[in-house]
Amino acid sequence: MSRQQAQKVVVAIITAVAALVVIPIILVIAFIVIQGIGAISWEFLTTMPRNGMREGGIMPAILGTVLLTFGTFIACIPLAIGTAIYLAEYAGENRLTRWVRLAIVNLAGIPSIVYGLFGLGAFVLFMKLGTSIIAGSLTLGIMTLPVVISTAEEAILAVPQRFRVVSLSLGATRWQTIRHQVLPHALPGILTGVILGLSRAAGETAPLLFTVAAFYLPDLPASLFDQTMALPYHLYVISTQVPDMPVSIQYGTALVLLLFVLSLTLVAAIVRTRMRRRREW
Amino acid sequence: MARDKIEVQNFNFYYGDFQALIDLNFAIQKNRVTALIGPSGCGKSTFLRSINRMNDTIKNTRTVGKILLDGKNIYDEDVDVTNLRQQVGMVFQRPNPFPQSILDNVAFGPRVLGMTSKNDLGDIVQESLEGAGLWNEVKHRLSDPALDLNPGQQQRLCIARAIAVKPDVILMDEPCSALDPIATLHIEDLMRELAKDYTIVIVTHNMQQAARASHFTGFFWLGRMVEFGKTGDLFAAPQQELTEAYITGRRG
Repeated sequence: MSRQQAQKVVVAIITAVAALVVIPIILVIAFIVIQGIGAISWEFLTTMPRNGMREGGIMPAILGTVLLTFGTFIACIPLAIGTAIYLAEYAGENRLTRWVRLAIVNLAGIPSIVYGLFGLGAFVLFMKLGTSIIAGSLTLGIMTLPVVISTAEEAILAVPQRFRVVSLSLGATRWQTIRHQVLPHALPGILTGVILGLSRAAGETAPLLFTVAAFYLPDLPASLFDQTMALPYHLYVISTQVPDMPVSIQYGTALVLLLFVLSLTLVAAIVRTRMRRRREW
Repeated sequence: MARDKIEVQNFNFYYGDFQALIDLNFAIQKNRVTALIGPSGCGKSTFLRSINRMNDTIKNTRTVGKILLDGKNIYDEDVDVTNLRQQVGMVFQRPNPFPQSILDNVAFGPRVLGMTSKNDLGDIVQESLEGAGLWNEVKHRLSDPALDLNPGQQQRLCIARAIAVKPDVILMDEPCSALDPIATLHIEDLMRELAKDYTIVIVTHNMQQAARASHFTGFFWLGRMVEFGKTGDLFAAPQQELTEAYITGRRG
């Protein structure tokens, strides 16, 4: 085979391999949409479950996931962005910096079920928050930290150095430089990281097990100190714990969860392109 | 009338163990254009960045000696470096507007210094753009992106941005090296004009530029100031052999 032919063969192979990557996501989405679309109705989205969850809607689980995602946002974002700014803009070569970086790498490597146990020990029992939305949000928040910190730090470091230099040369302080030049330019990247982190948290089951999720609740949570149902855990429950569960409700629930997560990702993509358009360099 | 704005006294600068500036002693006069010439790596840009302490942002650097601005050593403990940089503005080698509107570029400095009134900001933006000779070209499109301007206009915008914080001194680090000859002449004319209100120090590789646009010229070689004097004298009758060799193109 000549080297020109070899070139063509290699290109054909790697193109085919790349195309293969698209297939699983299409299959997963198509499968769940086809199986689940029949269950989706206004009633399904807005009413309580009935008859041992075999009928009625999944509204409390949807609400729970929305609340937990919001709670994760509150718990995680200030901490994560503060850390990212420290690491990207202020951190020197010192012991604190090394410890922080080591902590982030290790946080990223911990299995999610371990976060669940940690949340049980730290928030539910030690801090006496009980199994509650607040304990679940804190647990998910900590789990989400490394993703958001890493992407936010990268976004901040990607802002060209010359903007900082110019800003300082005009008499701005370090913080004014960060606040008015660095962060605005880094914002699209930071937002992408935030939303990706949140969409991962929204789909997690294991951290919820011991910290917040309820098998079934007849009422909606009345405060942050109540338990709640949540989509991923609800899906697990109705798929494995309830006999004679209609398949359409299982797939309908999965479809709602999938749409929730995908719409977060979509929002991230839209926000990013709109902001990019305003700030080209 | 002419008096010393900046006095350099036994000034030395180190990057780690490497001494980049060696025992500098000279004075820069108020409302004059002073050009610093010399081959690449001779320390002239390092010296320029010592005057507004931008070298502070580089790790592992230290200074010995003094640079007096209006008689006050800028390396004294009690000097606030943000105030210093407001007094000593800088224009960089490549035009580097922020990726924002023309107006926001010029207003950035006054805003971080605490100016909030729209009217005041509008006045200062107009004044600064006029000072930089750009007002007539951009007055109808102040909210357009600064990066839509051509490179020469961008560099004049950077000058407007620098003078908007009302400095006394403007440092220019090879401000024309990324510009075409027409835009370069435009900036040189502007420097003479600006010298009425500001003290200007310019680093340049271009000896014709130093000869055309400056009142005083200093020649750097390997971290030392070899010769400093009136531009006309230095180019017509250099006192040092090294200076003559350099300006006639035999060394460098």
